[in-house]
Amino acid sequence: MIMEKTKREGSVIFSEYKRGEGIKAALGKKREDILLELRESKIKGRGGAGFPTATKWMVVAASTAEIKYVICNADEGEPGTFKDRVLLVDYPELVFDGMVIAGYTIGASRGIVYLRGEYEYVRKPLEDYLESMRKDNLLGNNILGKDGFDFDITIRMGSGAYICGEETALIESLEGNRGEARNKPPYPVNTGFFGRPTVVNNVETLAAVSHILVKGGDWFRQHGTDKSTGSKLFSISGDCEKPGVYELPWGTKLSEILFLVGAKNTKAIQVGGASGICLNKTQFDRTLAYEDAATGGSIMIFNESRNMIHILKNFMEFFVEESCGQCTPCRIGNVKLLEGVKMIQSGEYTFDYIEKLIDLGRTMQVASKCGLGQSSPNPFISILENFKDEIFNGNGGYNG
Amino acid sequence: MDSRKDYRAPLSQQPLTIEKPTDLTAIGGTITVEINEKKVVVPLGTTILDACKMAGISIPTLCHHEDLCIAGVCRICVVEVEGMRTLQASCAFPITAPIKIKTSTPMVRKARRHIIDLMLSEHYGECYSCVRNGNCELQNLAKEYGVDGYTFGHVDKPRYEIDRSSYAVIRDMSKCILCKRCVRTCIDLQEVGVLESIGRGDMTHISTFLEKPLSDVICINCGQCINRCPTAALRANDPSDEIWRAIDDPKKHVVIQTAPSPRAAICEEFGMEAGTSLTQELNTALKRIGFDKVFDTNFTADLTIIEEGTELIIRLYKALVGKDASVSLPQFTSCSPGWVKYLEHYYPEYLDNLSSAKSPQQMFGSLIKTFYAQKNGVNPEDIVSVALMPCSAKKFECNRPEMADSGYKDVDYGLTTREMAKMIKEAGINLPEMPKSHFDDPFGEASGAGLIFGATGGVMEAAIRTIVEFITGAKAEDIFANANVVDVRGFDGIKYMEIPLGDKFGPVPGLIAHLVPNWDWLKGATLKVAVAHGTANAKKVMDDIKAGGKFSECHFIEFMACPGGCLGGGGQPIPTTPEIRMKRAQAIYAEDESLELRKSHENPHITKIYEEFLTEGPCSHLSHKLLHTHYVKRGKYII
Ligand SMILES: Cc1cc2nc3c(=O)[nH]c(=O)nc-3n(C[C@H](O)[C@H](O)[C@H](O)COP(=O)(O)O)c2cc1C
Ligand code: SF4
Ligand code: SF4
Ligand code: SF4
Ligand code: SF4
Ligand code: FES
Repeated sequence: MIMEKTKREGSVIFSEYKRGEGIKAALGKKREDILLELRESKIKGRGGAGFPTATKWMVVAASTAEIKYVICNADEGEPGTFKDRVLLVDYPELVFDGMVIAGYTIGASRGIVYLRGEYEYVRKPLEDYLESMRKDNLLGNNILGKDGFDFDITIRMGSGAYICGEETALIESLEGNRGEARNKPPYPVNTGFFGRPTVVNNVETLAAVSHILVKGGDWFRQHGTDKSTGSKLFSISGDCEKPGVYELPWGTKLSEILFLVGAKNTKAIQVGGASGICLNKTQFDRTLAYEDAATGGSIMIFNESRNMIHILKNFMEFFVEESCGQCTPCRIGNVKLLEGVKMIQSGEYTFDYIEKLIDLGRTMQVASKCGLGQSSPNPFISILENFKDEIFNGNGGYNG
Repeated sequence: MDSRKDYRAPLSQQPLTIEKPTDLTAIGGTITVEINEKKVVVPLGTTILDACKMAGISIPTLCHHEDLCIAGVCRICVVEVEGMRTLQASCAFPITAPIKIKTSTPMVRKARRHIIDLMLSEHYGECYSCVRNGNCELQNLAKEYGVDGYTFGHVDKPRYEIDRSSYAVIRDMSKCILCKRCVRTCIDLQEVGVLESIGRGDMTHISTFLEKPLSDVICINCGQCINRCPTAALRANDPSDEIWRAIDDPKKHVVIQTAPSPRAAICEEFGMEAGTSLTQELNTALKRIGFDKVFDTNFTADLTIIEEGTELIIRLYKALVGKDASVSLPQFTSCSPGWVKYLEHYYPEYLDNLSSAKSPQQMFGSLIKTFYAQKNGVNPEDIVSVALMPCSAKKFECNRPEMADSGYKDVDYGLTTREMAKMIKEAGINLPEMPKSHFDDPFGEASGAGLIFGATGGVMEAAIRTIVEFITGAKAEDIFANANVVDVRGFDGIKYMEIPLGDKFGPVPGLIAHLVPNWDWLKGATLKVAVAHGTANAKKVMDDIKAGGKFSECHFIEFMACPGGCLGGGGQPIPTTPEIRMKRAQAIYAEDESLELRKSHENPHITKIYEEFLTEGPCSHLSHKLLHTHYVKRGKYII
């Protein structure tokens, strides 16, 4: 892999930034002011859950615990996302600076990058990058001459389980345990890595923070919508001419995206990866935003040649395999949903039973222990709802 | 139990690290929550489940267990919390804010029903052919929620092969609902760590190191996992069919010994409150079932005290007077086969510290097929010797190859309290209504010292009553009020006691007069003893000994593998809770107190057996042959 920086276009994340700039700006401020700046920006987490970053940091900053941690969630396991990889490969300064800023703000001296197992090949360049930061005193002791501010970053590898992207399962995995989600509350901000207050942020969230420190919360807020500020990296894949990573402001319409990437005859868009929702043509004027169609970045485009029940089967197989197997609704529920999909494929089903499965999906959404089981019924429910004509009427249910 | 402070289980299964307020009257010490529109004041950090209990509202649970740390995995206990999008597992949710809770909304009821339906869809088994029929938490829930069909289907083939490799525990994972209670029991409560879930998603199942059969891993057979399994996925290896066959065979002379703990707990299997001893009713029932003789294990418990106590005196004498550096001290008790195997695996370098005395069960085994057979003119070959025990590890113990000193297999079958209850019911007997009767000769009734072996600290208390009388010549009653050695009683994880021996000694009792000349060598000495129950506590003591801490200076330490001692054994009635174990202990101590005879060495049958049979006295050649044993260095890798 050639680590050559590709110049990309974008108004926030891909805008001009020089290594260390954000750190410098942060070290010149009081911690409270950084938190206020973040609050001003109204930035929410880019990893999927959309939790306000300022609030998260404030809880940890307020804790009197002596040891705290910053974890960068670079597990990027959601099918159809690859924007964190772009950031790590082409813009590591944004991510690492963001971690240092977080460390300074919350009072942590150790940062950990939890890197997706499949990204092993970027590990070495990243290690080298960290080494160069150490040389320039952007990591290490008394960073940039700031007395008493010590911070360093280590990289730890994931091993390929989707669930280990969930922040508490990630922490379990870092501690050397089986990757299983913890009970929440308590949240990592109280009881995180080895029981210590911990900030877990997505790669992109940390990258955005670096910009905010330099350019201000006001500037950030000028992008996007009122409730979804800033812009977002979208990993766009599927049936289109120009798949890839795009930076677009929140509030962009799906139809605009289709145009941008040269998608033709589009039948369906899966927003938010396997755990997201699938929209049909009548819904393409919806906007990408936390308050409308939310996504951690994944957008998959399917054209008329695709079979929706096949797509759904693929998603459900993913969840049957990737559930950590800990809690009943998710472990067995996904199996039942997949069975339902197969029944539909073979034509041997009753509407009554499919209704029951949709109902079960609704239970999974509220009763599962973590986000995986809570969102895995999304494609099932949305595809059966939004494509019912194709699935149930097109062939009398038979889609062999 | 206060040993629950340090957990080893993953943090995912740990309670919130929030300190529970000690002063509830302080500001912030309590919180007012609303449960089903009713206000309840609870201490900060209380779980929703406990708060509901306090408010008299019942919430179904499956993965939750009072003895174990939180898992929050079955999700059956979900409730609605106002303002939260998802339902919350009440067992795992610590209250830190004045929340509003609803426990029976349509969403909650539907979710619970779905969860039961899902579990049943993957649960292989029919209740009428299941050992847990009538005492199964899954079955109860299905009943409570009116399940009358399989909404999401039902498996008709087992998914996993049944693991019957262990003498003690049978694993039928097709019945497992993955509540992980066994995992938490084994790794956290017992700190053995045999079981863990492996595989992901639909492939998740509970298994062992490298998926080996249970007999090939470091399982100590304690059966604590069985006692906490809500279903029949874990059960004891039940020999009752073979016992029935022996009873029905007129050529066989079938005898049974009964240990004190089953007698104090079997009432629970007959719908009675915990804590009623049915010893003498049981004697009658066993005769009616067809056992030829019923003996009291307490007799060999008394014998154990004499043998083990003598062994301790010999060790002390050799160490203090003979300055023999090869003597291993402290001496460890050896009557808990779970503990013995634990030591063999985890601390094999300490095998010499184990008393060589057999457990009461095995002592009885060798005496029945020798002394009793001779005395009563029965051919030992025709004797089938059964032991009613609170314990699953006893099943393993009687099958240890070295346990054949009588020339035959000393004890043929270890039978648990649960299995005994089943046999009694099968015979159409209502145990609590049985008339009372006595144990059979030549062993008769035993002392209260043997009886209290059933509770943690009991062996130590029995030993102290005897040793102190042996040495000081004074009466135990004059040293300890009512001869109750309260310092070693109770459910504290680890207990420690010092007994200054002073300088007034009695004559050396005749029984051991040939072993030590006098007691002068103990002048001014202080006897240091300790008691640990549950292998997690045993581990703490052992690690302290290894590090040369205070327990390394003890002379004698009692270890029991099971929390609470034998009364909490892996063969005891299910369920088990701290409260139930407490009641069983009370029953045992009350029975001890009601007896005239409360010291092992005063048991006339003991005196008689040393006069008639073990004529060379304790720890002599014959007693070594029949009543003592040796151990195996196992280590953690089993080849
Ligand atoms: C099943 C599952 C997988 C997840 N995978 C990721 C991931 O790969 N990367 C990520 O940043 N967040 C992932 N998350 C979200 C994290 O749990 C967490 O919310 C996020 O890292 C917080 O960072 P943010 O606030 O910056 O978004 C996942 C969540 C779930 C439930
Ligand atoms: S919802 Fe799924 S992934 Fe999450 S804890 Fe439950 S079984 Fe594991
Ligand atoms: S484990 Fe319980 S539910 Fe399952 S068959 Fe046995 S009694 Fe029935
Ligand atoms: S019997 Fe004891 S040691 Fe063996 S698996 Fe069960 S709890 Fe663990
Ligand atoms: S074996 Fe029993 S205790 Fe263990 S997880 Fe399965 S059902 Fe639960
Ligand atoms: S009892 Fe609460 S989740 Fe199982």
